[in-house]
Amino acid sequence: MLTVLAYLVVGIFLVGFTHRIWLYASCPAPLKIPTTPAPVTTVGVVWRLFTEIAFFNSLFKGDKWAWVGSYAFHGALALVLVRHLRYFVDPLPGFFAHIQIAGIVAGLVMVGGLGLLLLRRLIIDRVRYISSPADYLWLMLLLGIGGSGLLMQFCVRPDIVHIKAAMMGMWSSTNVSLPTMMAGDFIFLAHLLMVAALVVLFPFSKLMHLGGIFFSPTRNQVDNPREVKHVNPWASN
Amino acid sequence: MADYSVPEIQEDIKTPALAVGTMAHLKPYPAIEKHMVPLAFPKQRVDNWQEKGIEKLGDMLKKYRSLQVYLDICVKCGACADKCHYYLGTGDANNMPVARAELMRSVYRRYFTPAGKLFPGVVRAVDFDEEALHKWMTYFHQCSQCRRCSVFCPYGIDTAEITMAAREIMDAIGVGHKYSTEIICKVHDMGNNLGIPKPALKGTLEFLEGDILENTGHEVRLPLDEEGAEVLLVAPSADFFSEPHIQSLMGYAKVFHQAGIRYTISSIAAEAANFGMFIGSFAQKQKIAKRIAEQARELKVKRIVVGECGHAWRVAYSFWNTLNGPFDFLDPRYPVPQHICEFTYDLLQRGALTMDKEANDEYVVTMHDSCNVARASRMGDKPGGQFEIPRALIRASCNQFVEMDPETTHEKTFCCGGGGGLLTDELMDLRIAGAMPRVTALKQVMKKDKVNFMALICAICKAQFSKVLPMYHIPMETVGGVHQLVSNAIQLGAKKGIV
Repeated sequence: MLTVLAYLVVGIFLVGFTHRIWLYASCPAPLKIPTTPAPVTTVGVVWRLFTEIAFFNSLFKGDKWAWVGSYAFHGALALVLVRHLRYFVDPLPGFFAHIQIAGIVAGLVMVGGLGLLLLRRLIIDRVRYISSPADYLWLMLLLGIGGSGLLMQFCVRPDIVHIKAAMMGMWSSTNVSLPTMMAGDFIFLAHLLMVAALVVLFPFSKLMHLGGIFFSPTRNQVDNPREVKHVNPWASN
Repeated sequence: MADYSVPEIQEDIKTPALAVGTMAHLKPYPAIEKHMVPLAFPKQRVDNWQEKGIEKLGDMLKKYRSLQVYLDICVKCGACADKCHYYLGTGDANNMPVARAELMRSVYRRYFTPAGKLFPGVVRAVDFDEEALHKWMTYFHQCSQCRRCSVFCPYGIDTAEITMAAREIMDAIGVGHKYSTEIICKVHDMGNNLGIPKPALKGTLEFLEGDILENTGHEVRLPLDEEGAEVLLVAPSADFFSEPHIQSLMGYAKVFHQAGIRYTISSIAAEAANFGMFIGSFAQKQKIAKRIAEQARELKVKRIVVGECGHAWRVAYSFWNTLNGPFDFLDPRYPVPQHICEFTYDLLQRGALTMDKEANDEYVVTMHDSCNVARASRMGDKPGGQFEIPRALIRASCNQFVEMDPETTHEKTFCCGGGGGLLTDELMDLRIAGAMPRVTALKQVMKKDKVNFMALICAICKAQFSKVLPMYHIPMETVGGVHQLVSNAIQLGAKKGIV
């Protein structure tokens, strides 16, 4: 049951995400529209995209608090995800022992960043105006995932040995069951279900900014329209 | 003159408290049959406009990657919210770039996403109904397509792309804007946006030749339709008839004269502007630009130089090659097209021009970067040349030059308030309010550095500021072209020809 659910969730995500990316990639960009000043070489464009993704360059210029909140959240999330590999890999490489602490601190930073983003949404009149219920639900879901994770880390521990065995079982598609002995086990179940919801909804939501940014013509085009003729595939000439 | 409310200028640009509907009263004049039909748009709103509009949106989602991606991936972080000059000037919630784009996104979600079909209340999806269309008409004509928001967006979402798409969808269902459609009809009929017939144009150019002769003693030519000239000069038509535009036109003429380069203006292509961009129509953009390429062939010129016009330079620089290229019949040693500032700068570098800076000693000059030049084009071969080259010309022409607040120049520059097809009287309230950020920055340097001249390179900026600055108690003569300064400083007959 659990294994089927896991495969279904991941399947929906992969199909949905790939479809979206395929949509972006196959849609033509009829004109050159980079926001200038823009790089005049492909290498320059790669660097521009790298700085956007690694440092949130434009957001830093635009809104310092949004940058702090989102950079804390995304950076910490990356570390947390790496740390979570320990539940899916056996035997565990020594590397994981070194990042264990960093991963746990990152969990706190992640929730802090999300809290800041939620506060911004509630406090700043402009951001409150543009926020839909969905925008709050996403923050709640992520806070729920992060919060339940921290709860298991610091307060109510689940039967982690059993859980890891169950996770490892999924790789081989064997029928596995989750422990339901301790209070922590139920928190884990909630944690898992929230993650599943996030993963399933991902391709149908604004979370597609993860893939979409690579296809943003104002950021990914080389500024060379005079030197190289950019062709619009759906127009004559 | 009607009674307009003019914002009070503060020490600094302040973000206003959010208000709902302060600009909802503005009504862009609807396009009329006479101007819609020649552009292949329905003569009036079609009966099944909802269905047709959604169909058009679906069609455009397959043609414009920008639209598909930008409708999908906004996370509503709000970084753009306080970056728009119209929001800063009016406080109207729908003038936040994100909220403006949401007007289309909410319709997109309703018809094109599972979430919007199943849970419209949760994701805020709305039907394309009377109310939605009314908001589109109102607020997609309160965006000047200046792209300032896209500079600060973490994903580079460009509201101009969304505004253009919205206007194209509205045109497709017969709901156009009179101002732009009327002008596009004129450019097709007469070759220029002002509808100037050839004899009038010829008369003006001859008059200006006489004027320059009288003032300088030099026979500077402003030739029309001369086959075999080296350069085709394509200037915005306002340069032929409006102040202060005409001062820059005389500046270009003097540069050509002094360089000893034969050039011509074309009566059929006596217009650099291309309002096809403002209404988002690729077909119109292409058709309007085409007559320039054809004139270049017909007049057998070797180069095309574009005058001081912001959006025209965007279309020329960024789009011409796609629309009507390649321009392989022109001299490959020069970029196609070349901006008049690049042209003059090149001559200056080669020592072909002698400048007397003292001629502009009455001025303390600052520079207003025009949005389409700053954020949608380039000059020279390095990124940022669009800022450096005009400034180099200003520095070569005058002794006193200062910058405005760097948060309001270069790629962070503020729109004049009249760009993007909004330079029309019925939107005057918006134009005045939208100029507030620029006027604030200008007043700062007027106070601190005694600035009395704001140089720029855009015909729309010139027209807008000439009209709006006086409302803020700034003399209209404060605004002028970069080539107006060049015109004052250039020494005719000093040393002629290219070295």
